[in-house]
Amino acid sequence: MSANFVERWFSQVSERTGVAPRRAAIYGLVFLGVSLLIFALFATSSQAGQVTTFVLNPSGETEAFPVPSLAFPTSAALYLFVLVCAFVGGWQLARGFKRINLVLGGILALFVLAFLAWAARDNSLNLTGLLGSALLRAVPIALAGLSGVLCERSGVVNIAIEGIMLTGAFFSALMGSLAANIWGWSLWPSLVFGLAGGLLAGALLGLLLAVLSVRFKIDQIIAGTAINILSMGITSFLSARILTEFQRLNNPGIFPRFSVPGLASIPIIGPIFFEQNLLVYALFVLLFVIHIMLFYTRWGLRTRAVGEHPRAADTLGIDVYKNRYINVMLGGMMAGLGGAFLILGSVGRFDEMMTAGKGFIGLAAMVFGKWMPFGTFGAALIFGFADALQTKLAILEVPIPSQFLLMAPYIVTMVILAGVVGEAKPPAADGQPYEKQ
Amino acid sequence: MEDRLPKAEVSALDTLRANASKIADALLPVLAVLAALAIGAIILLMLGANPVAAYGALLEGAFGSGNAVAETIVKATPLLLVGLGICIAFRGNVINIGGEGQMVVGALLATLVGLRLTSWPGWVVVPLAMLAGFVGGAIWGGIPGILKAYFRVNEILSTVMMNAIAVQAMNYLLRGPMIDPAQMELASRIPQTAALPEAFRLPRLAPTRLHLGAFIAVVLAVGVYILLWRTTLGYRIRAVGQNPDASRYGGIRVRHHVVVALLLSGAFAGLAGATQVFGVNYRMITDGSATGFTGSAGFNGIVAALFGQLHPIGAIPASFLFGALLVGANKLQRMMQVPSAFITSLNGLVVVFVVSSDIWRRQRQKRRLAAAQRAAEAAVADSGGPA
Repeated sequence: MSANFVERWFSQVSERTGVAPRRAAIYGLVFLGVSLLIFALFATSSQAGQVTTFVLNPSGETEAFPVPSLAFPTSAALYLFVLVCAFVGGWQLARGFKRINLVLGGILALFVLAFLAWAARDNSLNLTGLLGSALLRAVPIALAGLSGVLCERSGVVNIAIEGIMLTGAFFSALMGSLAANIWGWSLWPSLVFGLAGGLLAGALLGLLLAVLSVRFKIDQIIAGTAINILSMGITSFLSARILTEFQRLNNPGIFPRFSVPGLASIPIIGPIFFEQNLLVYALFVLLFVIHIMLFYTRWGLRTRAVGEHPRAADTLGIDVYKNRYINVMLGGMMAGLGGAFLILGSVGRFDEMMTAGKGFIGLAAMVFGKWMPFGTFGAALIFGFADALQTKLAILEVPIPSQFLLMAPYIVTMVILAGVVGEAKPPAADGQPYEKQ
Repeated sequence: MEDRLPKAEVSALDTLRANASKIADALLPVLAVLAALAIGAIILLMLGANPVAAYGALLEGAFGSGNAVAETIVKATPLLLVGLGICIAFRGNVINIGGEGQMVVGALLATLVGLRLTSWPGWVVVPLAMLAGFVGGAIWGGIPGILKAYFRVNEILSTVMMNAIAVQAMNYLLRGPMIDPAQMELASRIPQTAALPEAFRLPRLAPTRLHLGAFIAVVLAVGVYILLWRTTLGYRIRAVGQNPDASRYGGIRVRHHVVVALLLSGAFAGLAGATQVFGVNYRMITDGSATGFTGSAGFNGIVAALFGQLHPIGAIPASFLFGALLVGANKLQRMMQVPSAFITSLNGLVVVFVVSSDIWRRQRQKRRLAAAQRAAEAAVADSGGPA
């Protein structure tokens, strides 16, 4: 009887909003759960009189107009968050939202905000700095994800991104240092040379993957895993052999920060997005270029055709092999660029195994972003944020073991992949070798 | 065409040709390993090392003495166990990249059992711990299985994620709640658990380190063979792997068997982790990465299984070979002062070549079949169509 009532209730909600009944119910419960979590974890453990301060000016030199810091009583804000989440959850169960994913994003953001407010109680947290560093950490993940987009849109699963990034990083460090410290080139030419090294290494490994998986039709997962093992071996070997003995070969310099005139002076947004280095802007450009190429050019249409139904594409005279070769090599270059970014855009020296799983996270970002360039970037931002947060929390001395924070993005990804966002559908021929008839 | 030739001649020619290509097929993986070693030799030359001496050291390290062979088997044991799981998963057409994480979780659970029940007799605790390892791996493999079957989450992605989660869980436990109390006192804080009581150690063939785990693994290989080819469950897993749609029409619960395949696959990896703890180290220890505990057996087991043609019995010699490569490489490294990364590269090369050769073999097989079919069609056409 009551089960029947619940069923009828949610089918009504579903009719109103277009969200499947079961999903509508689960979402409502999730929102209420978040409300409860904020209450139990944060609100109860903060005392009256505690104040949280969010600093909105970046800490270093900046062109942005200064804005006052945001200071508010911690527990009042937390109880407000609890109420908002509870209200949204109740509304979802009673009436339902149409744009449910957007609401979910908002609720998750609220949870993170509540966590930050709680972590920084009686303390101050530089929010702009946090978001800026989140973007910086998202760049290599986004580039890895773009690599995945290019490869998988043409039907080749590229699990070798991790290894390609590592190799790209190594060669950009080596070539950049060669140019700067041995041949005595000035900063910019040597940076460009280092960048070229990363791109070239990426293209070559992409070619290797293409030869193995397109020409020889080796299982793409295995071919990728083999390239990963190979890359780890070669870079560790060469860096132990060369870079540790000649320190001058591991010091290529980094791209200086460059403020975009005008845009950089917008408060909050400016310092986050427009006071970064050139490679970050290169990513923005690449996002647009790849999106337009994929969806508004002949090449993109062909690529998607090859990824969805290679036989049909072949029948229409599209060279499936050539298309896959080109795409996988371009994808390799993206991963190589991601590796080069780790060196030339961030830390400025190569360390063994320095990619630390970013290639795999990039793949997750790609799936999460539904094989779309901008979706991938958005997902990468979430992972980047989690990464940046974790270092920040260490400074704030939050009593949570760092391992749990390191785990969190993976768990969140799996939960989200499990269908909270709706099914992510890969290109139909993804991972299948194509054999001409 | 064939029926125009005298019958006896055809069969003699055919058997000869068939035998020749069968021998070539069997030799291919060996040739592939040799090719990889040849490239390794070139790298060694570039390093200024003598490749003959180096490979001599490798062989001696792997097979030079009784003890060397025992070490090879010790290294091969986790590869075989993981490989058995891989056979099940890949036969069911699910890809399990999560061997590392499954080994870690299996080992953690097994260690927990061993450290909690110190006052119990060994003959109770050891089987219990092995079971715990089995269950731990099964949970860690089963989660991606459920996610794949019921939520359509790509299992490659989820198993990789589960690896990362397992590593963090291990780091947390080995640095926190499960850390060796002695390490706390010394303040060196090496992430390791306390040592297991002596009574819990898997029996060894003294004086070598060869332990009972190897025997268990070989018995289980036969068990997996029986499971896959002599039981209904195995038949169903393989059917789902080959053609899920046909299986569904045949009344097999496809989702259920996807979960079972990944669950069993993880369970064997978990057991591999448990035998590492109870047979080799007698405690769980890491350097902060999964490899620090597993020695990459979770990945290398995949390669061993593929090398053994995804057949559990074939996986036995395959893992022995890779175990030999690992042990021999150690010796090589010590004797010739070659950086350990060379060994990793060599390992990668062997994988690439072996896998490529397997694909090549399959392609040749396909071509041969196609040629035979064309010949048959031509024969039919010659004789004026099917009668």
